[in-house]
Amino acid sequence: MIEVKGVSKSFGSNNVLKNISAVFEQGKTNLIIGQSGSGKTVLLKTIVGLFETDEGTIHYDGINFTSLSQKKRRELRKDIGMLFQGSALFDWATVEENVRYPLDMFTNMSSVEKQKRVDFCLDRVNIVDSNRLYPAEISGGMQKRVAIARAIAMEPRYLFCDEPNSGLDPKTAIVIDNLIREITHELDITTIINTHDMNTVTENGDNILFIYKGEKWWEGDKVKIFNTNNRELNDFVFAANVYKNYRKERQ
Amino acid sequence: MINFFSVIGRYFLFVKKVFSYPEKLSTYYKRTIDEFIYLGLKSIGIVAVISAFIGAVITIQTAYNLENPMLPTYLIGLATRDSLILEFSSTIVALILAGKVGSSIASEIGTMRVTEQIDALDIMGVNSAGFLVLPKIIAMVLFNPFLAVLSMVIGISGGLAVAFITDIISVGDYLTGLQFAFNQFYVTYSLIKTLFFGFVIASVPAFYGYYVRGGSLEVGKASTRAVVNSTVIILLLNLILTKLFLS
Ligand SMILES: Nc1ncnc2c1ncn2[C@@H]1O[C@H](COP(=O)(O)OP(=O)(O)O)[C@@H](O)[C@H]1O
Ligand SMILES: [Mg+2]
Repeated sequence: MIEVKGVSKSFGSNNVLKNISAVFEQGKTNLIIGQSGSGKTVLLKTIVGLFETDEGTIHYDGINFTSLSQKKRRELRKDIGMLFQGSALFDWATVEENVRYPLDMFTNMSSVEKQKRVDFCLDRVNIVDSNRLYPAEISGGMQKRVAIARAIAMEPRYLFCDEPNSGLDPKTAIVIDNLIREITHELDITTIINTHDMNTVTENGDNILFIYKGEKWWEGDKVKIFNTNNRELNDFVFAANVYKNYRKERQ
Repeated sequence: MINFFSVIGRYFLFVKKVFSYPEKLSTYYKRTIDEFIYLGLKSIGIVAVISAFIGAVITIQTAYNLENPMLPTYLIGLATRDSLILEFSSTIVALILAGKVGSSIASEIGTMRVTEQIDALDIMGVNSAGFLVLPKIIAMVLFNPFLAVLSMVIGISGGLAVAFITDIISVGDYLTGLQFAFNQFYVTYSLIKTLFFGFVIASVPAFYGYYVRGGSLEVGKASTRAVVNSTVIILLLNLILTKLFLS
């Protein structure tokens, strides 16, 4: 479980996050949704400590992450996996080396054990026969899957995904959504996903936080989201017409 | 002015970060070897070509300017030797490398920044600055003196080729000049400079790349800024080191 308590974050005079509090539960796919530029990425990066909070604290299963020393934070980082918007695979390394990288850096596993773990993770995301290819040689969807394999290599307890579907075709996007959900349940981890994709909302919205201009505007789940009177949220949800029928069906 | 000092402050903090807590040294080893090849070996070609031409040109021009018949022609060999050893093979070669190697380092690291590869390292708990930049600094600092020696040898050979081919100076006089009043300390001084220059060539562009924000446009701008600033820093350092060692 991850708790965010009264977090604010500014860049110069740009107040990106305004007093945000939220709870993200274990074993669930927690979503942060909102328009582009609403502050989703900044919130996610603040939670993982890539940005420091100006105010407020972040708690990982009761541990106050914000007040931890850099050394203790590095210790906790081994429990964190993150999927970046552009995959962020290391372009100097092959698919296999990317997934093995955290194992090389942080474990004392033998090379046989590492290979087994790498094969397991790549197999889990359905990547076969591509171990020796470089990130530039595989498709965007494959890059995302390799990035997921790398994120789960260390058996994390917390998984963060920044716009996992961006730049993917609808079919591949669903594959990625399903993968993230299944992994969350299999490993019983706390997963937080940034998205503006309504498909993800209906598939993975166990718990949804709607951010509007850097403020927490609404909180709920994939059922409640279609029955709210919140105007900004409705604008967001029903921007694509198909979901209007969806609402009627539910009612 | 405040901005200027804040950049310098940030640069030194960056250098401190580069040298702090390396994780497994074994993982640095392979990358350092790669950097030796990529930054060092692959610079040999350009250094060799430029040095050969400059050595030849210094010989021709010195001969051209040495019209006074009272001065012995072997001074031409001496002038070529000292110009190469004192300034060309250390400073000018460093300026050339700042362009070639510097822009590549800045854009490589800048691209890693904007594609979130650096974030990915940080999130794992890796010291991203150390992991990415330390191998480059080690490779440049250790390889740069070698490039300078290579440049001296090839530059002097370029002058020798002029002596062979033309009748500007006889080969014998040129060789006499090379050995005349040779001060070994000049070589030492030059090689010490290359250590500093190697550090600048790797660390300054890495700094500009590491703190890029935005997209590919900004990476390009950072790369330009990196080359311009490393060039100026090399010239300033050259002035300071020359004052320290030769006066
Ligand atoms: N490193 C940064 N420095 C300054 N401003 C930033 C930085 N990162 C993001 N911002 C600003 O924060 C705001 C929110 O951005 P972001 O969180 O990326 O939005 P999104 O919801 O699309 O992920 C934007 O106005 C952006 O300009
Ligand atoms: Mg974003």
